[in-house]
Amino acid sequence: MSKKITALTGNEAVAYAIKQINPDVMAAYPITPQTALVQKFSEYVADGLVDTEFITVESEHSAMSACVGAAAAGGRVMTATSANGLALMFEIVYIAASNRLPIVMSVVNRALSAPINIHCDHSDTMGARDSGWIQLYSENAQEAYDNTIQAIRIAEHMEVRLPVMVMQDGFITSHGIDCVEFIDDEKVTKFIGKYQPRYPLLDVNHPVTYGPLDLYDYYFEHKRQQAEAIKKSQKVVVEVGNEFKQISGREYGLFEEYHLSDAERAIVALSSTAGTAKQVVDELRAKGEKVGLLKLRLFRPFPYQEIIQALSHLKAIAILDRSDSFGGFGGPLFTEIRSALLESEKIPQNVNYIYGLGGRDINQVDITSIYADLENIVKKGKVEERIKYLGVRE
Amino acid sequence: MKTVINNYIREEMFPNIWCPGCGNGIVLGAIIRAIDDLKWDKNKIAMISGIGCSSRITGYVDFCTMNTTHGRALPFATGIKMANPNMKVVVVMGDGDCSAIGGNHFIHAARRNIDLTAIIINNMIYGMTGGQYSPLTPTKKFGTTAPYGNIDQSFDLVKLAKAAGASYVARGTVYHVRQLTSLIKKALNKKGFSVVEIISDCPISYGKMNKMRTVVDMLKWIKDMSVSKKAWEDLSPEEKKEKFVIGEFLDIDRPDYTELYSKVMEEAQKMGVSR
Repeated sequence: MSKKITALTGNEAVAYAIKQINPDVMAAYPITPQTALVQKFSEYVADGLVDTEFITVESEHSAMSACVGAAAAGGRVMTATSANGLALMFEIVYIAASNRLPIVMSVVNRALSAPINIHCDHSDTMGARDSGWIQLYSENAQEAYDNTIQAIRIAEHMEVRLPVMVMQDGFITSHGIDCVEFIDDEKVTKFIGKYQPRYPLLDVNHPVTYGPLDLYDYYFEHKRQQAEAIKKSQKVVVEVGNEFKQISGREYGLFEEYHLSDAERAIVALSSTAGTAKQVVDELRAKGEKVGLLKLRLFRPFPYQEIIQALSHLKAIAILDRSDSFGGFGGPLFTEIRSALLESEKIPQNVNYIYGLGGRDINQVDITSIYADLENIVKKGKVEERIKYLGVRE
Repeated sequence: MKTVINNYIREEMFPNIWCPGCGNGIVLGAIIRAIDDLKWDKNKIAMISGIGCSSRITGYVDFCTMNTTHGRALPFATGIKMANPNMKVVVVMGDGDCSAIGGNHFIHAARRNIDLTAIIINNMIYGMTGGQYSPLTPTKKFGTTAPYGNIDQSFDLVKLAKAAGASYVARGTVYHVRQLTSLIKKALNKKGFSVVEIISDCPISYGKMNKMRTVVDMLKWIKDMSVSKKAWEDLSPEEKKEKFVIGEFLDIDRPDYTELYSKVMEEAQKMGVSR
């Protein structure tokens, strides 16, 4: 069969993935830039093309609450949000993970208030990085579509049973028109399989309770089990990626290495910025420069051992954070990678760039300047300024 | 041409972001004229908004202003009023902002009867995010999330505010501008929780999906559907469908929350509680 390519936005691509997944329940509230995604899906609901119970709740707090209720009842449940919507859900985001409910949420990354800003950065999902959700970041609409389908399998794996959030960059990916190759409905249905609920509330013959009081006697043990569960999910992410290749021909692992194995200098980035960086890598490679890129897909759980292996041969790396950790020593991605590298016998010179907050554009010139900075660092053999802000007026 | 309005706006913030024909500008004008009539010192007015098209108003007026989060304008305003009861505090919200995500805060502000004026610009849709139906979208009307018509029953904000404990409740429209200005003026002057719901037009998001694509279509619809309190009483239930009654619905005097709060402290001091 010939490949069918469709031109559409990241939001539409994910809405289509959700249509193919056909979840039992979807509860959501409008927020820019996620809105078009849920809106498109609501058309599928109204047209009778899915069996989903679509709940238009009165806030994101209620959206995630409805998802937790529906997932505990035994349904396959999905939602979508952005920025302040995710922040408002926060209380229930933790509860979803702690109750081991395999909800899949599409997050269209957007800057958090204040001041109000509707454009892309990763401050929203980085704020939720300790919530116990698995986090997959997508470079473009194709990856957002593919990751959404894989997320169902990862979340529902019997050894995982944890919620997954799938990210795409607000406006850049969510509203930009991109080429996407869909997988046939039957293949998707077969790939995700029939949902097997565990301890559903609707199984009245086996009554259970979710989330009761759990003090110093057992709370710690439950948290310890949760830590183990998310650790196990890393293996599952790889397995599901391998299986997904068989139906799609597209490869997914923990991260993507782009001209990395023989590189001396490299950038680490998430999501759409990695696409821009690939272009720069190509240009610099054509000039004979040994540069590469690591595009992280799985941020939670953090695949530290594999990252050490992929990065430790480099002379210098720049870690790009599209969010700040105010008062911290660098952005979330930087602190994570630098900490992991301490396990390595050889630690490359490393530097952190905070960039693109509130949708500030990052272009090829910016990325080229980072590779040039790395070249200087290699020459001098030391880093003069560890944490830098890229493209800001000061 | 300079008008009285220029004395109360931040001219450098214009042109505004509202779509051509949006009712928000009419409401902005009515609020300013009401405040000008009252001769209030603009530095003693705090205007608070949440998120949505209407919430951009706090960027345009030259008062003390705060643009907060979706649905939470009233709690922020409550904090401001409690901290400084001498401040005149005006809250501008949209229908989704006030009655969906902020619905809880709305009924509790009314219950406490705190001295705030809540102005709700009801365009019957989530306009900014592209036309999803809200809790004030009338039944059977269309939204992007209700492509075959809304099956939900909408709130009647007037009844809700009255039942929850407000002191002043009125409903106006962006078509009846003179009446709107006087309703807002009375609400602003009222001690206690005062509410003005304003039926407004959104040709871009609401009109487009409900066969009223132009501003004129929408304003004509608002004119035709608005009925005065007196005429309303003579209508049959069938005739009342789709129509809305406008005017004043409640104007009572009850002690406001800041007053009661300071009395508690006074009484305690009299009883000999030392600081």
